[in-house]
Amino acid sequence: MSSPEIDALAQALARLPGLGPRSARRAVLHLLKRRETALVPLIAALQSVAANLSTCEICGNVDTRNPCGVCTDPRRDVRQLCVVEEVADLWALDRSRLFPGRFHVLGGRLSALDGVTPEDLSIAALVARVRAGGIEEVVLAMNATIEGATTMHYIAEQLRGLGVRVMQLAHGMPVGGELDYLDEGTLAQALRARRLVD
Amino acid sequence: MDIEAPALVIGVLPHGEHGAVVRFLTQEHGLVAGYVRGGRSRRLRPVLGIGNGVALQLHARLDSQLGSATAELGSSRAGLALDALGAASLEWLTSLTATLLTEGVPHPPLYSALDGLLEAMSLGVDPARAMAALARYELLLMTELGFGPDLSNCVVTGATTDLAYVSPKSSHAVSRGAGLPYASRLLPLPALLLGTDDAPSWDDVAAALHTTGYFLERDMLTGRLAALLPARARLTSLIARQQDAAVR
Repeated sequence: MSSPEIDALAQALARLPGLGPRSARRAVLHLLKRRETALVPLIAALQSVAANLSTCEICGNVDTRNPCGVCTDPRRDVRQLCVVEEVADLWALDRSRLFPGRFHVLGGRLSALDGVTPEDLSIAALVARVRAGGIEEVVLAMNATIEGATTMHYIAEQLRGLGVRVMQLAHGMPVGGELDYLDEGTLAQALRARRLVD
Repeated sequence: MDIEAPALVIGVLPHGEHGAVVRFLTQEHGLVAGYVRGGRSRRLRPVLGIGNGVALQLHARLDSQLGSATAELGSSRAGLALDALGAASLEWLTSLTATLLTEGVPHPPLYSALDGLLEAMSLGVDPARAMAALARYELLLMTELGFGPDLSNCVVTGATTDLAYVSPKSSHAVSRGAGLPYASRLLPLPALLLGTDDAPSWDDVAAALHTTGYFLERDMLTGRLAALLPARARLTSLIARQQDAAVR
């Protein structure tokens, strides 16, 4: 039996992705046992983020600075721009440190069933950003879903004639994948995207 | 309820962290929904791609319950998303079907037509012919649901040949002779909507979609359902580009 405050904490944690009531209670117990080393720093970190959280006015990233750390990083190649659906996609691509340019977060993808139209996404801001100049290549890093593909083709159409190279991510064999276990759609895309062995 | 049947994946709604509520179109049972455990896992995501043909197993204790479903891939339509027209068509066809059909009401001709159309598009059939089939699918869908225009004979003369227009008022076909003086107020009726044109041009396709679009917008996609129309507008703008390219 725990106090209402501790119960409220467990319930708040249980609403987070990846946590259920049982794992939330374990997390609460962990925080209570390690008050100085876990609970207090967590509170400080949450308060700091809550006080400074903002959406980057340039790319749509979520950060504690505006413009965000990615947009203000002078080491990034301003000629390359990667367009992603969500902030989580930006973070995933940035973790890999393989893309040297900057990003643009759309805030979703076109969806007929969900009633998401181009006006609901930051496509106009993207076009304005490209029109402003300085960008030579736009990489459309959409998810490999039908909504992602529709969004990608729509944006490619909007960027047509703006003098930038519009690229898309490759689709096909995943690293570590075995042919025997791949679905025919993935295999078909891998075959279409075949290339010369160096 | 136990269903074991070939089905088309029509819509996927994420549920929880890994699961999905998936809507399938089957020949015998119409549109059915089921919860697919792990439906958004790396293994199942390619199987549950929109438009894919799958072997469906759906089990529910009661007909009114959301059943538990498993699906095995039959034919993948992932390749359609590679080009703009294919992706826009796939999105439009599946969202239109998912929106307009009522669950549990069988429409065998719709299942056959949609499966055949998606398969033909996957095999790389001539795009103009594929889009002509898409317009015919829209017409079939409206007819199945009781909103289709009557294209059997001329509303003025009763003639069954040389039908060239559709009256937007009566939703009835009009023959060329009777309709010519009022052509500007009538909708075009290209032969492809009557199933008598094997080699439709992009102009014919655009005209057919103009006519089916008029009735869809007026009679079916109204109110909340009008949110579907921008997807159709994206598709028709791609077809307009094909039309322009054909002229040049």
